[in-house]
Amino acid sequence: MSDEKKKLLDVQDLTMRFGQNTVVRKISFHINEGETYGLVGESGSGKSTIGKCIIGLNKPSSGTIRFGNEVLKPGQNVREIQMIFQDPMASLNPRKKVSDIVGAGLDIHKLCKTPQERSERIGTMLERVGLSRDQGERYPSQFSGGQRQRVGIARALIMNPRLIIADECIAALDASIQAQVVNLIRQIQLETGTSFLFISHDLSMVRYLSDRIGVLHRGFLLETGTPDELFSHPVHPYTRNLLASKPSPNPIVQLRPETRYDYETSGIVYENGTWHTVDGSETHQVLCTDMEFEKWGLGK
Amino acid sequence: MADTAEIVLEVKNLDISFRSAGETVHAIRGVNLILRRGETVALVGESGSGKSVTMKAAMGILADNAKINGGSILYRPEPGAEPVDLLTADPAWVRKNIRGRSIAMVFQDPMTSLNPTMTIGAQLVAAIRAHETVSRKEARDRALNLLAEVGITEPERRMRRYPHEFSGGMRQRIVIAIALSCNPNLLICDEPTTALDVTIQDHILELIVSLQEKRGLSVIYITHDLGVVARVADYVNVMYAGKIIETGTIIDVFYDPRHPYTWGLLSAIPDTESGDTLYSIPGTPPVLTKEPVGDAFAPRNPYALEIDFKEEPPMFKISETHAAATWLLDERAPRVPRPEALEARIQKMRKEAADYVR
Ligand SMILES: Nc1ncnc2c1ncn2[C@@H]1O[C@H](COP(=O)(O)OP(=O)(O)OP(=O)(O)O)[C@@H](O)[C@H]1O
Ligand SMILES: Nc1ncnc2c1ncn2[C@@H]1O[C@H](COP(=O)(O)OP(=O)(O)OP(=O)(O)O)[C@@H](O)[C@H]1O
Ligand SMILES: [Mg+2]
Ligand SMILES: [Mg+2]
Repeated sequence: MSDEKKKLLDVQDLTMRFGQNTVVRKISFHINEGETYGLVGESGSGKSTIGKCIIGLNKPSSGTIRFGNEVLKPGQNVREIQMIFQDPMASLNPRKKVSDIVGAGLDIHKLCKTPQERSERIGTMLERVGLSRDQGERYPSQFSGGQRQRVGIARALIMNPRLIIADECIAALDASIQAQVVNLIRQIQLETGTSFLFISHDLSMVRYLSDRIGVLHRGFLLETGTPDELFSHPVHPYTRNLLASKPSPNPIVQLRPETRYDYETSGIVYENGTWHTVDGSETHQVLCTDMEFEKWGLGK
Repeated sequence: MADTAEIVLEVKNLDISFRSAGETVHAIRGVNLILRRGETVALVGESGSGKSVTMKAAMGILADNAKINGGSILYRPEPGAEPVDLLTADPAWVRKNIRGRSIAMVFQDPMTSLNPTMTIGAQLVAAIRAHETVSRKEARDRALNLLAEVGITEPERRMRRYPHEFSGGMRQRIVIAIALSCNPNLLICDEPTTALDVTIQDHILELIVSLQEKRGLSVIYITHDLGVVARVADYVNVMYAGKIIETGTIIDVFYDPRHPYTWGLLSAIPDTESGDTLYSIPGTPPVLTKEPVGDAFAPRNPYALEIDFKEEPPMFKISETHAAATWLLDERAPRVPRPEALEARIQKMRKEAADYVR
């Protein structure tokens, strides 16, 4: 079955160093056409760095990134890949009107024949992300945090890209608008077959959207699988830790995350791990040593 | 049970509008809010409803195109002191004695409060020394401690780095460290943990709670994460279109919500067990360039009564601590039950709570 799917993005052995500091370590994963791949991990684990390597904002230290049939050169930026950035204010030009920010890609690539077509496309896109057409006349500083985030989403969507890298794009939104954006992403995917790399620290949101999920820690990809596989049968202790309960909206029942995974004392050395297949499933894989695999109750 | 702790901050009838592109946006339309010493008040609500603007007004840092039409923000700098109205106080005095000293704020967008051209260490040391005469060495030690406290590993090495060399969540934590560095009396946190994973978030919340216990710190917590609200807050205020439309203790609002907007908000929390489309409140919030007629939520409210489209509902008192602005609470209104799915969820939460207590 999986042979029928076409790989859109194929990342092999991606490594990124900043000076002495290696923050992404030989990561490999692929995203099929029309698929959403969720990348989760704690703060500082290397998620944004991977996204920035793919759109050419970071030059990888080694490894290859293939998009369609093309191997991307380090630092190469492709129009068909768009990124929604984590820090909206830092990525929106404060001196430009929001309609011009959203329309920037259309202008650069001369995608509209008439000014009417341009303003129509911008207006429609603003409405799709839950803003009003009139708000296009305002500047970023005149928006609330969540509204700015949606400007970033509109700017990426308007280009009809084949791959969207969404970096924490719903973290700052209230639950209702989060749902609206998540439903929008789904709908766009149905209509256009766009692929998504959905980056988040929040496994419960990633679960709703992703076909497959990769768990990242300290620059290592530790476990990958479908949402069902990871939720019903998490293998790596770090994955299990990530699944630990979010604060529930129940004021009396306050379950705090009880298991605290500590790499230093865990005795696990990520460098020593190799990929192991869980339960014979092609999609469910975990990085560990043979001994660990056995210890976690999976070796035969 | 009446809460008798001293009032630290009281916002009264705050009314603010913005001029932009030839229009006036009436962003804050009469906000009232009380925070007592050592307590935490959460501000939740629709994106764009005015949460950040309300708190920026208290800090005296509204944008140039803002106009304060009325109201007051009474603040008591220390126990027993006379409250001062921050809206009419001398701006120079506020800058010198209040902002970043007595009141610290963690902003929603961390990059906007960090200086991109200064190392993190230099920024922390400067923040500490701006308000206290301590030696450079002592300030540095304090800075290192603070970074470690917010979970930044290898703080020595990190002190020499610039903001862009940190991840999004790390920047958020650095901003929290800077806010705490001045030992504030009141801490305003605007979405401080949105980019943080559960474990780090829990650690930060614990840190804030421990400061409350140790130093009687009072906290305003703006967040869309209702799980966090349930965890840290004593009281919660729900905002919609520039007004607080429901207020109460967390028990009041989570177990017995009364405003249909609050119902929608609670219904939208993803339930890890159920279905695959997430609930979102239909429609879009009003654009506040036109004054809404009646209840601003009416056009999106499936339970709206005729009067909701005509007259703005007052705050109806439900109990000593709980109030909501919806005509459904008027004695003449028909009895409208909460949406079934939400009611089921509330019953489940109550049951969990009963089992938990037992
Ligand atoms: N330009 C840079 N120079 C030096 N170090 C960097 C740079 N960009 C990122 N790093 C470091 O790389 C590591 C991973 O950062 P990254 O932004 O990828 O994390 P993240 O997983 O996106 O975290 P978060 O959830 O907090 O956003 C961090 O230790 C960060 O300090
Ligand atoms: N300088 C400004 N000029 C014009 N309008 C503004 C300005 N600042 C804020 N607004 C508007 O005021 C309203 C309230 O904004 P605020 O930032 O308080 O929202 P918020 O409740 O914090 O939302 P979020 O959860 O998205 O951060 C928004 O509609 C926003 O667009
Ligand atoms: Mg990031
Ligand atoms: Mg805000």
